[in-house]
Amino acid sequence: MIFIAAIFVNNIILSQFLGICPFLGVSKKISTAIGMGCAVMFVMTLSAIVTHLVYYQLLVPFNLMYMQTVAFILVIAALVQMVEIILKKTAPILYQALGIFLPLITTNCAVLGVAILAIQKDYGLLSAVCFNLANALGFTLAIVLFAGIRERLDRAGVPEALKGAPIALITAGLLSMAFIGFSGVGN
Amino acid sequence: MSNTSWQNLTRGILRENPIFVMMLGMCPTLGVTTSAMNGLGMGLATLFVLILSNTLISSVKNFIPETVRIPCYIVIIASCVTIIDMLMAAYTPVIYGALGLYIPLIVVNCIILGRAESFAAHNTVGQSILDAIGMGLGFTLSLTILGLVREMLGAYSAFGYSFASETAEPLLLFIMPPGAFLALAGLMLIFNKLKGQK
Repeated sequence: MIFIAAIFVNNIILSQFLGICPFLGVSKKISTAIGMGCAVMFVMTLSAIVTHLVYYQLLVPFNLMYMQTVAFILVIAALVQMVEIILKKTAPILYQALGIFLPLITTNCAVLGVAILAIQKDYGLLSAVCFNLANALGFTLAIVLFAGIRERLDRAGVPEALKGAPIALITAGLLSMAFIGFSGVGN
Repeated sequence: MSNTSWQNLTRGILRENPIFVMMLGMCPTLGVTTSAMNGLGMGLATLFVLILSNTLISSVKNFIPETVRIPCYIVIIASCVTIIDMLMAAYTPVIYGALGLYIPLIVVNCIILGRAESFAAHNTVGQSILDAIGMGLGFTLSLTILGLVREMLGAYSAFGYSFASETAEPLLLFIMPPGAFLALAGLMLIFNKLKGQK
């Protein structure tokens, strides 16, 4: 249930507005969108485990909950760096595919946002991992759909003042409206 | 005030407006602007973080080794955000409740790291503060306008004061997520059009 709700009903991009920067930035082609989606999925799922452990094993025992933001952003930055190094060594092909997207993830607010949300909702380790994975899938779904539409848009005649950002935002608005149709499914 | 100082101050408000021109910090822009008041609150919170972080970063820039500067900046910014977070929880609990998750997320707002990297790391403390004020005001202004438009269309009120009769049915869509995209698209359209005429 957490799964479906997070992918469709509370889609992280289209209804919670997390991760808008990569959503608008790297969605010009389907292939790059898929690359970004995979990279986010990878880091988000790993960060679920690590932030969960850091919060409950380190911050809570020492009563340092207010350090949450600082701790999490460091954990995510370190994680991204580590994933990059490990991938480079063990899976060069995957590294080449994800390569340029990995550093971008540090400043992707979706990763930090979902980590904080999972803590706020008091999930256990397993549901937290599920929650993050589902959100990452939702992210990938939205960005790939959006990229597909934008590829078509390139060939359409768009009025001068609408070119670039405005037409992209209108597309996103319509996509978001379509996702509202899913509300109520999770209940 | 010298010419460059004046430029550093005013640049962020219109010519390099962080939202309409550079498209930085879109997540809070779209997420919190369901009303003008929320937009204003978020804008001011970001403004203070920006001033604090620009000041700190430009004053310690000479002690930070080049290779680890980004992690250092992030730690400084995260500390500033934590301070604002606690201050807002204590003094403005209503706005704090409405903004919720987006307060800790100021850390990853591209505007803040962007200004630290591209301005505060190369300029004096005074100029960095001016730059922060300008950029922060530009951000606040854009957020407030977007919030105002969405509130006026979606709830028929402005800053919480209703201006329509009780039975009037507002365009609810504009307070819902799609309305955020559509309202921002409309504003950008107007902005582009005006800029094209100059």
